[in-house]
Amino acid sequence: MLEARAIGCERGGRRIFGGISIALAPGELVRVRGPNGSGKTSLLRILAGLTRPAEGEVRWRGAPIGELAEEYGAEMLFLGHAPALKAELSAAENLDFSLRLAGIRASASERRAALERLGVGAQAHRAARVLSEGQRRRVALARLALAARVPLWLLDEPFVALDDDGIARVRELVAGHLAAGGMAVLTSHQEIALPARALHAIALPA
Amino acid sequence: MGEAFALALRRDLRIALRRKSDAANVLLFFVIVASLFPLGTGAEPEPTRAIGAGVVWVAALLASLLSLPRLFAADLADGTLEQMLVSAQPLGAVVAGKIAAHWLTTGLPLALLAPLLGLQYGLPAAALAVLCAAALIGTPVLSLLGATGAALTLGVRGAGVLVSILVLPLCVPALVFGAGAVTASLSGLDPAPHLSLLGALLAVSLAVGLWASCAALRVALD
Repeated sequence: MLEARAIGCERGGRRIFGGISIALAPGELVRVRGPNGSGKTSLLRILAGLTRPAEGEVRWRGAPIGELAEEYGAEMLFLGHAPALKAELSAAENLDFSLRLAGIRASASERRAALERLGVGAQAHRAARVLSEGQRRRVALARLALAARVPLWLLDEPFVALDDDGIARVRELVAGHLAAGGMAVLTSHQEIALPARALHAIALPA
Repeated sequence: MGEAFALALRRDLRIALRRKSDAANVLLFFVIVASLFPLGTGAEPEPTRAIGAGVVWVAALLASLLSLPRLFAADLADGTLEQMLVSAQPLGAVVAGKIAAHWLTTGLPLALLAPLLGLQYGLPAAALAVLCAAALIGTPVLSLLGATGAALTLGVRGAGVLVSILVLPLCVPALVFGAGAVTASLSGLDPAPHLSLLGALLAVSLAVGLWASCAALRVALD
């Protein structure tokens, strides 16, 4: 479904990595590892279609992602480094906006349940500005609880800033997605076991 | 398409409503700049009336520049811009919604306030009506061109000044036709041709500005 052929990345004229190939089928997981500055985030941004690779190409269902544009956006969920929350809006409003942007329909009670699933139900009506870093992260990740129908998840450091309870909740969501035939690519420093039909490990050199 | 437009519009209006000082500052700046000129040029009615329309237009131009650097920079900083680019919604519609929200919170109030400031310059009622009409057609042009400038300078150091340098020259035609309509009305001519040209300018900047903003945003996030 997701296929990357020999992609390479350059940032500021410096070659960061090259020759990375990925072939991802339903139920499979790619874990990207590497020291700081090795290009983990860049690789994920290339897979999401934000950054154009210096070489190689990324295909989704056989078509180059550049041509699919928002069609690819409807089948892919990208969670970047920043939680992507507006400080002025409440947790519930932020979740509502991000779901609509991702083309996911959910009722108010479903959104409420998603926030509760991440343990931030009580913060639903507080502005994102007053939430802690970990709570903000949880609100951002609440999208995953309603994204079962989105086949591909691209998660950049999903466990960062989370406590043990938060990590367990997110791990459960990703494991459930993979068990249901979803696909995920994630970067992570932490050693967190995730059951998948096949686990591809990509280690980026320093 | 319409859904994405409404989504971005509603979100940005809600944020503006919770940051009222941003919009109020723009209006206050507009009022102060436009009020300084009669104080500086003395109380002679004739020269004051002659420069009135131009001054109000320039003041509106400068005021609408004030809020531009934040248009996309805030979304870039918190990561929501990234989400707009990878979303299931067409980027053009989302950006159009954001620009519409920018116009509703800055351009529209400026246009409605313009006749009041025109009064300070002793403009007659007919000229005030033309000023308001011209501002209603012209301020969306400023928002569209401004959005392009803001997208082009996204993530660049000193973006605030750069936006002004980039956008002000592009706004010259809007200024010429906008102020020209009022001057025509003052000298007893028909302001309609000026307003039509302003309308044509709006159509062009709608097509070009939206497309250029989207392209610049993609480059900025690459």
